[in-house]
Amino acid sequence: MKIQKRTVALIIYFILLLLPIYWMLNMSLRTNADILKVFSFYPQEPTFENYLKIFTDKSWYSGYLNTIYYVSMNVVISLVTALPAAYAFSRYRFLGDKHMFFWLLSNRMAPPAVFLLPFFQLYSTFGLIDTHFAVALSHCLFNVPLAVWILEGFMSGVPREIDEMAYIDGYSFPRFFLTVFTPLIRTGIGVTAFFCFMFSWVELLLARTLTTTAAKPIAATMTRTVSASGLDWGLLAAAGILTIVPGALVIYFVRNHLAKGFALGRV
Amino acid sequence: MKKWEDNKAWFMVIPVFLVVAVSAILPLMTVVNYSIQDIFGPDNRVFVGLEWYQEVLSDTRLHDALKRQLLFSSLVLLIEIPLGVLIAMLMPKRGWGASLSLVLVALPLLIPWNVIGTIWIIFTRPDIGLFGAAINALGVPFDHTAAPFDAWVTVLLMEVWHWTPLVVLLAYAGLQAIPEAYFQAARIDGASTWATFRYIQLPKMRGVLTIAVLLRFMDSFLIYAEPFVLTGGGPGNSTTFLSIYLVKLAVGQFDLGPAAAFSMIYFLIVLLFCWLFYQALLKVGTGDKS
Repeated sequence: MKIQKRTVALIIYFILLLLPIYWMLNMSLRTNADILKVFSFYPQEPTFENYLKIFTDKSWYSGYLNTIYYVSMNVVISLVTALPAAYAFSRYRFLGDKHMFFWLLSNRMAPPAVFLLPFFQLYSTFGLIDTHFAVALSHCLFNVPLAVWILEGFMSGVPREIDEMAYIDGYSFPRFFLTVFTPLIRTGIGVTAFFCFMFSWVELLLARTLTTTAAKPIAATMTRTVSASGLDWGLLAAAGILTIVPGALVIYFVRNHLAKGFALGRV
Repeated sequence: MKKWEDNKAWFMVIPVFLVVAVSAILPLMTVVNYSIQDIFGPDNRVFVGLEWYQEVLSDTRLHDALKRQLLFSSLVLLIEIPLGVLIAMLMPKRGWGASLSLVLVALPLLIPWNVIGTIWIIFTRPDIGLFGAAINALGVPFDHTAAPFDAWVTVLLMEVWHWTPLVVLLAYAGLQAIPEAYFQAARIDGASTWATFRYIQLPKMRGVLTIAVLLRFMDSFLIYAEPFVLTGGGPGNSTTFLSIYLVKLAVGQFDLGPAAAFSMIYFLIVLLFCWLFYQALLKVGTGDKS
């Protein structure tokens, strides 16, 4: 009886959790005229018109391509720079290591709004405004520290004896790192990539400010539609649903590491 | 784990240092630079010292935004932490139910922040939204675009919907880490559910809950995209939180000096909480860093 009550309470929570998402899905399958005319709990005449428009209209689908482009770039930069650093933090004690670690964390926590203005000025100076690279680099502000933190946690789980054995066996450091160590922490690398992807994917403020047209992210395309008069709810909902898809596709594989990633690698 | 002592490890940290230096130190220096000068043009700057700081500290709109922010962040903590712990305790501990629950709970965390705003506009509008229509059908007038109180409630609801899952994930991870033997001992002693919670689960979750409280406090302190999309800071200034006010000041009015001074103060507040957070992390972390 007690277990029954628990399950019911949990199911009620999940319904409340999914209701807003369901409502957007409902809207995305209806035309705008239909949405404004009748109030309905489910799409009476489901149509994929909105999705079709997004996939065929360049101003819409280029937003997705831009986002995927700079997010991938950011994941690569974050991983490549964070791997050796995380190894250093997990294996060595060196001058100022703790201060460095705290400084990295403080960047993860810095308000993006504070960095908005200087980023804009800095990237203007180098002619980087409206490039994918500018957004990818600015997202390193929070993703590189995050990557170092998560990877360090995973690396500390690998016994140091493995390193020592490899050196005794005559492995050079680069060879050891690439052929022995990296495969050992591949779960950690996957989890790190997921979180870098996620945090770069959901960020709006920096991505929107640093781009105008050529690298405009889908998030900005959506907010600009909101401010326009007579906006198309169905289209907006469809665009929103499509932004949820990438996260929802891979979440199952990282389900046991979610707490770790969101708490910066320490749970 | 014992570590090797070697300062050459710095070479491995250099790439990270360089990337973060470009994306953090240089911008921060620019902000400091702006905050003590009055800039009329590229070649026309006047050193003004702490004038902007004084102006910002006596800005009543900033005081209002700060009060709003503190009230908001406190409410967020008061609601999300107990709710998150409760849900984490309801979730099944193993089997396919555990996997399914984790995936479902985490879903809101993976949605772009501005899309969260969009979801809630669609969900709460009185004309097309389920929530807005339902509340109105109950005879309570509700319109988050016109009434400040309604807007406030909507932003709070949205925040709770969006971020309680994070607290759930953390609390759940904390609960999973408690050895089964504790519960067996409690059962043998005939402990009630409440006693088990109070004397076993809660103390064991202290570490992760500290992390949860600090993370939630800081992130709600920095909230921008969701209310920006949902209400744009209005109606009036009722949902203008610190970040929104800062962006209005910097990009909207282009008041570089005050905006920079404001940024510095904002950053220092966050840094203080960040330090507390770090201390908390060290306590629950892998021991050898503390």
